[in-house]
Amino acid sequence: MDVFDIIGPVMVGPSSSHTAGAARIGKITRNLLGEEPIEAIIELHGSFAQTYRGHGTDRAIVGGLLGFDPDDLRIRKSLDIASQGGLKYTIQKINIRDAHPNTARIKVRGSSGKTVVVTASSVGGGNIVVKDIDGLEVDFTGRSHTIVIPHRDAPGVVAAVTGLLSANDINIGEMKVYRKKRGGNAIMIIEVDQEINDDITKQLNELYNIDQVTILNPL
Amino acid sequence: MLRYDSIEELMQKAEKRQKNISDLVLEDQAQEMGRDIEDVYSEMENNAKVMEESILDALHPNIRSTSGLSGGDAYKLYKSIEKGRNIVGGFMDKVLVKALAIAESNACMGRIVAAPTAGSCGILPAVLLSAKEEKRISHSRMVMSLFTAAGMGMVIAKRASISGAEGGCQAECGSASAMAAGALVEMLGGSPRMVGHACAIALKSVLGLVCDPVAGLVEIPCIKRNAIGASNAVVAAQLAMAGIESVIPVDEVIDAMKEIGDLMVPSLRETGEGGLAATPTARELTKKIFGMTNTNEQ
Repeated sequence: MDVFDIIGPVMVGPSSSHTAGAARIGKITRNLLGEEPIEAIIELHGSFAQTYRGHGTDRAIVGGLLGFDPDDLRIRKSLDIASQGGLKYTIQKINIRDAHPNTARIKVRGSSGKTVVVTASSVGGGNIVVKDIDGLEVDFTGRSHTIVIPHRDAPGVVAAVTGLLSANDINIGEMKVYRKKRGGNAIMIIEVDQEINDDITKQLNELYNIDQVTILNPL
Repeated sequence: MLRYDSIEELMQKAEKRQKNISDLVLEDQAQEMGRDIEDVYSEMENNAKVMEESILDALHPNIRSTSGLSGGDAYKLYKSIEKGRNIVGGFMDKVLVKALAIAESNACMGRIVAAPTAGSCGILPAVLLSAKEEKRISHSRMVMSLFTAAGMGMVIAKRASISGAEGGCQAECGSASAMAAGALVEMLGGSPRMVGHACAIALKSVLGLVCDPVAGLVEIPCIKRNAIGASNAVVAAQLAMAGIESVIPVDEVIDAMKEIGDLMVPSLRETGEGGLAATPTARELTKKIFGMTNTNEQ
């Protein structure tokens, strides 16, 4: 948290948690997909589900999926822009147990057929926390340069990644590893201080036991 | 390095170094973010500029929100004061017009600065920009006071909450009012200790305020609560500048706000289901507003 979480963000109204935070949830989902989304099922929980129309939460999430930042006045018209631009969306209400009151789960499909399911919460003042990616529990804010590495849970994978980052002079601020079960699907979330260039991304992708690496620039 | 886990910490460190809280917060944040002081200052200055622009955005007679529930009140007040119909007078007139204008701009999906949230975005700029104009305080001093406001806001966010969905309106308009009161005291030359008292007095006065927006929209009663929150901040600042102290220390007031927020039932925390939102008139309005589809799929 810094001063601009409190005096900020500059945003399109009317609600920091329900509009600006929602736009950021849409945008980070787009970035995690890594390509132009063509279909989205947007599920809203708690206060999001109750009040989304009034707060423009639907317009904000769709705007984010289209790549708009929270201060982009096009958010006002994002539903029309989606319809014209070929993004099919559905808004549904759900109940997620023990979730933050402002939580959305977004299933999104990209132009190449790639899909991702992201659950994220808007925790106040436009700040968000990503809680789940494709069924793996995570916990990060998207405020730093973030590396998302789905991988197979196996000895040496974490060491290979951190070694590679170290060799490229990248400093790790925070790092968490999540897995469902031993030897199964796992995910590394690494927040770093420096920008990750294409060359480092390529090197990461070439490591053994690692799926597609996603680099998220700070929201 | 500042921890922002108590306002006492900010006051003590400011007193020890004989500086304003804003100076400490700016220095600390520049260091934390690895940026130049000038750079961080100029981002805050830019936020102040957006705040000023958002006032003009809404000062029109015909501005309406998408729901049609609100708009035009800031203009109405402005015109009324122009005709000499004012009760509170001078400084407070300006504060009230600005608070309504910015809150209306937000409701109409205009561009605003969340401070700390969008629902409460009118309070801090209304108080600080009016003080700049009316009390002839320099632009840079006004921008700096935003760092004091931010420092207090960070403590409130850490100890309690700045989200209506978690803590009710006290966490949004209440926090904004407390931040504005403290920042105004610093702008007017009050001591760091007085800043803390102003913050405490303002927050104490809105404890228990629930978040009960009609139809779940940030319009009724949010817009008018921005005007009231701004006036509450000015009153608290005036008391603190007179040397009046809050018997309950500011950090304990914040903790009380957290406890009260935790006790609020969900229907009073931004779900649009309780309080004013549950009145017959509100239910009628809600029915009228919503008739859209949930999908663009054929």
